[in-house]
Amino acid sequence: MTELERKQDHAPIPVGWEYETAPESRDIVTLRERYGHFVGGEWLEPKEAYTTISPATEEPLAEVGQATEEEVQLAVQAARDAFENGWSALAGAERAKYLYRIARILQERAREFAVLESLNGGKPIRESRDVDVPLSAAHFFYYAGWADKLEYAFPNRKPKPLGVAGQIIPWNFPLLMLAWKVAPALAAGNTVVLKPAETTPLSALLFCDVLRQAELPAGVVNIVTGDGRAGAALVKSDVDKIAFTGSTEVGKAIKRELAGTGTKLTLELGGKAANVIFDDAALDQAVEGIVNGIYFNQGHVCCAGSRLLVQESIYEATVDKLKRRLQTLRVGDPLDKNTDVGAINSQAQLEKIQELVASGEEEGAEIYQPPCRLPEKGYWFVPTVFTNVAQSYRIAQEEIFGPVLSVLTFRTPDEAVEKANNTPYGLSAGVWTEKGSRILAMAQRLRAGVIWANTYNRFDPASPFGGYKESGFGREGGLHGLAPYLDFE
Amino acid sequence: MSRLPVRKTYKLFIGGDFPRSESGRTYEAEGQNVARASRKDVRDAVRSARSAFPKWASMTAYNRGQVLYRVAEMMEARRSEFADLCSGPKEVERSIDRFVWYAGWADKLAQVIGSANPVAGPYFNFTVPEPQGVAGILAPQEPPLAGLVSRVAPALVGGNAVVVVASEPHPLAAVELAEALATADVPGGVVNILTGLREELAPVLASHMDVNALDVSGADGDLAELERLAADNVKRIVRGAADGQSAWEIEPFLELKTVWHPIGV
Repeated sequence: MTELERKQDHAPIPVGWEYETAPESRDIVTLRERYGHFVGGEWLEPKEAYTTISPATEEPLAEVGQATEEEVQLAVQAARDAFENGWSALAGAERAKYLYRIARILQERAREFAVLESLNGGKPIRESRDVDVPLSAAHFFYYAGWADKLEYAFPNRKPKPLGVAGQIIPWNFPLLMLAWKVAPALAAGNTVVLKPAETTPLSALLFCDVLRQAELPAGVVNIVTGDGRAGAALVKSDVDKIAFTGSTEVGKAIKRELAGTGTKLTLELGGKAANVIFDDAALDQAVEGIVNGIYFNQGHVCCAGSRLLVQESIYEATVDKLKRRLQTLRVGDPLDKNTDVGAINSQAQLEKIQELVASGEEEGAEIYQPPCRLPEKGYWFVPTVFTNVAQSYRIAQEEIFGPVLSVLTFRTPDEAVEKANNTPYGLSAGVWTEKGSRILAMAQRLRAGVIWANTYNRFDPASPFGGYKESGFGREGGLHGLAPYLDFE
Repeated sequence: MSRLPVRKTYKLFIGGDFPRSESGRTYEAEGQNVARASRKDVRDAVRSARSAFPKWASMTAYNRGQVLYRVAEMMEARRSEFADLCSGPKEVERSIDRFVWYAGWADKLAQVIGSANPVAGPYFNFTVPEPQGVAGILAPQEPPLAGLVSRVAPALVGGNAVVVVASEPHPLAAVELAEALATADVPGGVVNILTGLREELAPVLASHMDVNALDVSGADGDLAELERLAADNVKRIVRGAADGQSAWEIEPFLELKTVWHPIGV
């Protein structure tokens, strides 16, 4: 460390600085009072309904349907009809053009979607604007191009669509997860029934208006809203495939439910990823990567770098820098463009985070939370770091799905690998080192589906994503993301 | 006076050794007393497979291909023995040729199944296949030899270690194969072969928390129950051809790993 760096590292942090608020206007979003289910290109008046709120203010945003078994059945039937009466016979090149249209409309209406995503989900507008929405459009654009090239993706295998895909998505990236599911399914020639998460249905419902503008044939995409009961009804319905992203617990339940039925299944489940920092890493970059790894989207990320593994020789320097960086994170209004960490998605999730954090303190870990003023209403949690964490602690084993980092140490690469792999999950991992050969050696030995080196939480439509072990199976993204939506001879 | 032939004792194949069942039990099949593996034998076999896995998985693909080719060589030397234990010479030849075919895939898989991915950013992004770990295989009841080879070879070539429950009515070909494997440079524990009662052993394999994949291609009976048990640790369920070969028979035993490697000067 140079003298200048040392000075900078010990300069007082400007906690007293007041930022001017920089709110993104929410006027761009016009919500209806009540939404039905989108079935066969029409709005179906729901039998039951509930109110969806903004987690940052707890204000009600709209009433949405709680789908019953019959309503789910109608959606599946509409998807089946659309599959049999036109969509499956449509030339790939024409399917491609529909997908390109959707991609373009998402780009055109990007700001509207970004605001709505932050409003309903609580994530910072900076993230929904710069990550969620552009990546969603990119996914449709990428898979559009595959629709008429499937025989090149799978030479000599005569790829054929499966039929109706039932898709259940989580609340952490509502529009992006929709794109990850819908784009490859349609490119492969399937029709879709999608159920967004209970707490974040609005971007999916706004997406129905994109479908209208794109003039996608009725019934090709159907959207039913509601809680887990609607998801369970979809799993039990007459679909040809289930694609689920969510908790490992629910994923296992779905797997049990589908046992012996032959319904195709892909699961993208939980994680407890290790982010491994070697002593030759560019430390300031690594600290940014650690912060992005765990505080991005309030830590509501299945691949979040929730276990920090730091080489012992740089442990103190890393933790010092990390704590200082935490003090500069701005927690608050998701629609404020300065905000780094937004609202926790729901009361239930907040309670889960609080419970696990309490267990960490009880088990003996040392907690650090920067001074932080939280809004009075809404669901909030201060970015948290635990040090002195043993591998056996619940905060080192269980997925917290919140802005909570557990720090562990290692001495040798072998020990890092051993600790990183010591989990039933295997979704992702991070490696920070300036040595390219070490990156590849670690990447080979880490048992996880996605390895980020000197970066973290980076996504791309061309890059396959998915887990090892109890993090699920099947890939989304890239050429490999098409296969789960196709049958082969 | 004619010579009295020396008979063979039909035993299990665990960790490269040929133990009797720890339970001391046998059952009669094809006119022989064959070891009847217990639940504990399954657990021992899984432990052997798990400890053999890292070395097998990290072997170079060229090397793994040569070891599997060597299996074919050892089988070739036992053609007449195998022929007596299955439907005949045709099945034996098919099985040997199948091992040769799969051996050749070891160093080609990554080129056919992997990819380089053009991401929007300064990263070299690539996807490579990797083995899942320990695969539990319920071998098809028929054909006795070709069925076994059709399921075991694709799991092995991808770098997995396997625990196989042999055909219950026709287990002798599996024991013969174990003897060929033991002399074929396959590291001990990479292949473990259990003979015994399917009903007793399959649920133990399906529910074992250290088994990563369950091949049910040869399963009969309550498939739904086996799949339910397999859900506890999200096992991959493999349904393949009982007597066939394809690169796509290897793929269900593989994971895909995607690496983002930074680009910069």
